[in-house]
Amino acid sequence: MGHIKLTNVTKSFGAVDVLHDINLEIKDGEFIVFVGPSGCGKSTLLRMIAGLEKPTGGELAIDGKVVNTVPAADRGLAMVFQSYALYPHMSVRQNLAFGLENTKMPKAEIAERIAEAARMLEIEPYLDRRPGQLSGGQRQRVAIGRAIVRRPVAFLLDEPLSNLDAELRGSTRAELAALHARLSATMIYVTHDQVEAMTLADRIVVLRAGRIEQVGTPLELYNRPANRFVAGFIGSPHMNFLEGTVEAVPSQKAIATLAGGHRLELPVGADIETGSRVTLGVRPQHIALGAGDNSIRAKVRLVEALGSETVLHADVAGQKVLVVAPGQHDLLPGADIDLSLSAAPIHLFNERGLRLERAV
Amino acid sequence: MSRVAEFIFRRRGRNGWHWTDVFTWVWLIGGLFIMFGPAVWLVGSSFKSPAALAEFPPSIMPYVTQKATVEGYDKPLDLYEVTMPEGSKKVLAEVRRIGIVAQMVSPDKPTEIVKVNIAERTPVRTMSFATSNYSEPFTHFDFVRYLWNSVFVTVTATVITLIVNSMAAFALSKYEFRGRTFAMLLILATLMVPLSVIMVPLYSIISALGLFNNLWGVILPTVATPTGVFILRQYMLTIPDELIDAARMDKASEWQIYWRIVLPLTAPALAVLAIFSVVWRWNDFLWPLIVLSRKELYTLQVGLSVYSGELNVQWHFILAMTVVTMIPVVLVFIFLQRFITTGIAGTGLK
Repeated sequence: MGHIKLTNVTKSFGAVDVLHDINLEIKDGEFIVFVGPSGCGKSTLLRMIAGLEKPTGGELAIDGKVVNTVPAADRGLAMVFQSYALYPHMSVRQNLAFGLENTKMPKAEIAERIAEAARMLEIEPYLDRRPGQLSGGQRQRVAIGRAIVRRPVAFLLDEPLSNLDAELRGSTRAELAALHARLSATMIYVTHDQVEAMTLADRIVVLRAGRIEQVGTPLELYNRPANRFVAGFIGSPHMNFLEGTVEAVPSQKAIATLAGGHRLELPVGADIETGSRVTLGVRPQHIALGAGDNSIRAKVRLVEALGSETVLHADVAGQKVLVVAPGQHDLLPGADIDLSLSAAPIHLFNERGLRLERAV
Repeated sequence: MSRVAEFIFRRRGRNGWHWTDVFTWVWLIGGLFIMFGPAVWLVGSSFKSPAALAEFPPSIMPYVTQKATVEGYDKPLDLYEVTMPEGSKKVLAEVRRIGIVAQMVSPDKPTEIVKVNIAERTPVRTMSFATSNYSEPFTHFDFVRYLWNSVFVTVTATVITLIVNSMAAFALSKYEFRGRTFAMLLILATLMVPLSVIMVPLYSIISALGLFNNLWGVILPTVATPTGVFILRQYMLTIPDELIDAARMDKASEWQIYWRIVLPLTAPALAVLAIFSVVWRWNDFLWPLIVLSRKELYTLQVGLSVYSGELNVQWHFILAMTVVTMIPVVLVFIFLQRFITTGIAGTGLK
């Protein structure tokens, strides 16, 4: 039930290759999130799993059965669309029943399933209304309800929260997580919002330009991003990147010089060489204010006081650095400050943007 | 009531007249005459007797000269108001007219003939509706049969038009296939071919199919309209593809997608096309005239031409029957006009 495997799947629209060689295994009951910038192919991948697009190459299997040529309706999947795609001319009840009627299910069972889904999603009062008479959040529930009544082996959700306002998005996110826990069905969720990805996912698949960049649990992705792209994509505000050159590799550490002459001591990697160019990645939350062992001087460009924390936009020899400092700080743009990296986990990326593992 | 009047007569110039007020009133009243005048004249004239129709100058409303039966004369005589030489006015009946002098009698004194210059008299006229213009065709002209033929042609052709055109539009808007744009352009290009060009070949086809003198011969050539396909396709393009994907996930067949999802959502555009189709088919004259040569198959428009013979035209019947023929179209417009405006606004077509 709900085990999906993609082997060397590719997709092109005419001469344009949208997906390259996708290999992915989704376990039964897993909550998988596809995340990536717009145009990365995540929606196409989902539509291909759904059966709405045909893969150009490779193999797609559900529960061990290759389904490349099986029509969408016979794959046992249900999809929630970004626009919800509720049939506007049918009542909520008819919307829920449409898919079941098409499978020639007995009327009594249809009614029973609708009643159950309506109870679960608390949409009972609106069953006889048209989608046009519902609010965004209610429509969203109906769209999920339409998927639930079909009792699919897996749910496919295409940016289901993007049409809701921020507050509703938060609460619906929590409800989705609860729903997943209750149904314990496989869910594949597409989003470009990394907060949704981090909060909901068992595992996240980061896509860029039709390729899988990294697959892992949210914290794996946060703590050990495989490359610069994943590092910059996961986490908010995004990670700071500082260009530098490795100057010396004494035992157990390396010294890097940044543009502007700052020297920083780095945890050493095994394959790090003197003279090689590296990118240092530091999350804004990990930079402390004040001088320390490993500190750099910066000029404040902009101060965003949020009350509980202060976001500083600073400039280190022409490179932009974001700092999120807890509490309130009395700083003005133009001031020179010291930023300490002594406590920060520093991520190192080589010239090709790949992660350099620290020697532990 | 006073508030309605206040609303209608509100002016931009408050107490005076701004030039836009003058312009608006002139424009609107002028427009009313231009648009509505002919219709009023048609309806008014349809109640006139043949004599009143031939009258010059014409009048909008149907008037007839009053007649009186005068002792000693077999036929009723026309009454005139005469200005007598001494200045008084009298109502006299005309016995006969010789040149510019009329011999007239007073209805009270039938023996005394008065000679009157025709410039000195005006006919006594009252409004009178010649309802026989309407009732007679219903009895000796086979109006009911023509009406039935027209209704059959219009309804059948409209239903088939809607089904055929919406299917074409569905394929052209929702399926990706090679040559889709070309097919659409080809269909639109046929808009440039007028009926007069294809009349003869069309006639040979109809005749070869044995549809000559058959109402289906009138219906079938008209059901596929490029305008209809275009209106419906433009509308269907606005139906989100996600709805169709959703229906596919819901195990709907292609027919069900068309019939249960796309067609109900295209209702506004279908209404527009239905109105157009009804008006087109109802007012069709040339093609039915070509195909139908047996009298009992005539549609109303063809049937009306019976009254314009080679030697005389029975205008009073033509006018009356034209009014009757207009009624269904007018009703369609009155009840469906909001669809027409939204439909035209939606497709950029007129």
